[in-house]
Amino acid sequence: MPFGLLKYGLKKRYPGKHQFTPATELKKHYDVVIIGAGGHGTGIAYYLAKYHGITNVAILEKSYLGSGNTARNTAVIRSNYLTEEGVTFYRESVKMFQSLSNEFDYNIMMENRGQLTLAHSDAAIRSFRWRAEVNQHLGVRSELVDRQTIRELVPSLQMSEDVRYPILAGLWHADGATARHDAVAWGYARGACSRGVELHQLTEVEDIEVTEGRVTAVRTNRGRVSCGIVVQAVAGASSIVARMAGIKLPIHSYPLQAMVTQPYKPLLNPHVSSPQVHAYIHQTSRGEFVIGGGSDPYPLYNTRATLDQRESLASAVQELFPFLSQARLMRQWAGTTDMTPDYSPIMGLSPVQNYYLDAGWGTWGFKATPICGKTMAELVATGSPPDIIKPFELERFYRFEQINEAGATAASH
Amino acid sequence: MKILNCPLNGPRNISEFTYGGEFHSMPDPDSSTAREWAEHVFFHDNNAGVVIEWWCHTPSSYWFLAERNTITDELLRTFPASEAAGGMVQGDDQ
Repeated sequence: MPFGLLKYGLKKRYPGKHQFTPATELKKHYDVVIIGAGGHGTGIAYYLAKYHGITNVAILEKSYLGSGNTARNTAVIRSNYLTEEGVTFYRESVKMFQSLSNEFDYNIMMENRGQLTLAHSDAAIRSFRWRAEVNQHLGVRSELVDRQTIRELVPSLQMSEDVRYPILAGLWHADGATARHDAVAWGYARGACSRGVELHQLTEVEDIEVTEGRVTAVRTNRGRVSCGIVVQAVAGASSIVARMAGIKLPIHSYPLQAMVTQPYKPLLNPHVSSPQVHAYIHQTSRGEFVIGGGSDPYPLYNTRATLDQRESLASAVQELFPFLSQARLMRQWAGTTDMTPDYSPIMGLSPVQNYYLDAGWGTWGFKATPICGKTMAELVATGSPPDIIKPFELERFYRFEQINEAGATAASH
Repeated sequence: MKILNCPLNGPRNISEFTYGGEFHSMPDPDSSTAREWAEHVFFHDNNAGVVIEWWCHTPSSYWFLAERNTITDELLRTFPASEAAGGMVQGDDQ
């Protein structure tokens, strides 16, 4: 093995092996059309092919694989939510992430470094205690920790009481992790395509045909494709695509901005978030600090970066980690977050027959990728939503049965 | 900092304002069904393009309407709500 590597290293040319072959010709019909080739879309295709033997599937992507919010999120994985439905769902996702690298035979660079959420007020401590109890009851590792434990977990954190918002306590979530977000989409796409699924990039869905309440075809910039079932997995454009099928959604789309500093030596192990100062931060394995915060103050379909948000994030993280005042920023970017009224996703059936929704992923989409792919694939294969995603159906808003996770976001919005 | 032209207070930094949601009329509470109310409360057009929406100047609690392009992030026009009541507003979805 070491000699093989040495031999490869000394070669003049590096014969790269293609990960997978993108499809070329768009057929006239597919049993299943998935709109959007992000982690979710490719994940659904992967599990459809792997568990259900359904391979006459096309993933249609208007840009390139993983080019949307899959590439723009801050790659945080956690399950310390507040509701039973939310915790159960994300818990299964975190479990699935653990074995993805082995399953793909492709390294998604999963790092189990834990997540620490900071309380700067009595009200926050009360809500953390509540979350810790719910989490432990459902088998998720969360506990309320005191200032001394916080010092030990994150020695570089500013623990002075002489600041605007002194840190009073924390919610320690040992199951928290990060992974390479692009690799998740690549792994799923490779696994799906090797089983016969077709990935069509630069193929934009421009309209959706519905006949007698049932979806029958999609019209793309490369022609019309008839289909038995359509799944939309287009975070950031959920309302726009759903409207093509005549469906209105309870979504407002806001940009969420993040930024990254120059690399430092490893000094911050867990992911740290503070809902009070509207910021969260972790150090990547390359040494850069990734800093994110709440969504922008008003809806927008644009991924521009603003000075306002940069100042807000910079002042927030400097309060937590004063040494970052010397840091240079390398990049700042935005993703479009489809925010729902209850901060939970919309998965399952829609008012249009055979048209399934994978939408409303706000700021919580990446961490749900594996479980959403698996359960949505089951819905496609059987026509009925699995119990774990049933509570997240669109119909819940008509019954006033929201799943309130507004208090469990990493940075309040 | 973006400038928003408040019909009451003139041009001010956008940080002084709060976004208040899409402009559309309320269904009649007496005759509408629970389903219609749910749609009114939770569902949105969420259009990409020029939209009309509510904004509030936070320090003075003054509510008004703005026409904004949700793709280019341009504020095109602001006007008092009384103009909308006179039927001058396009884009009402009800």
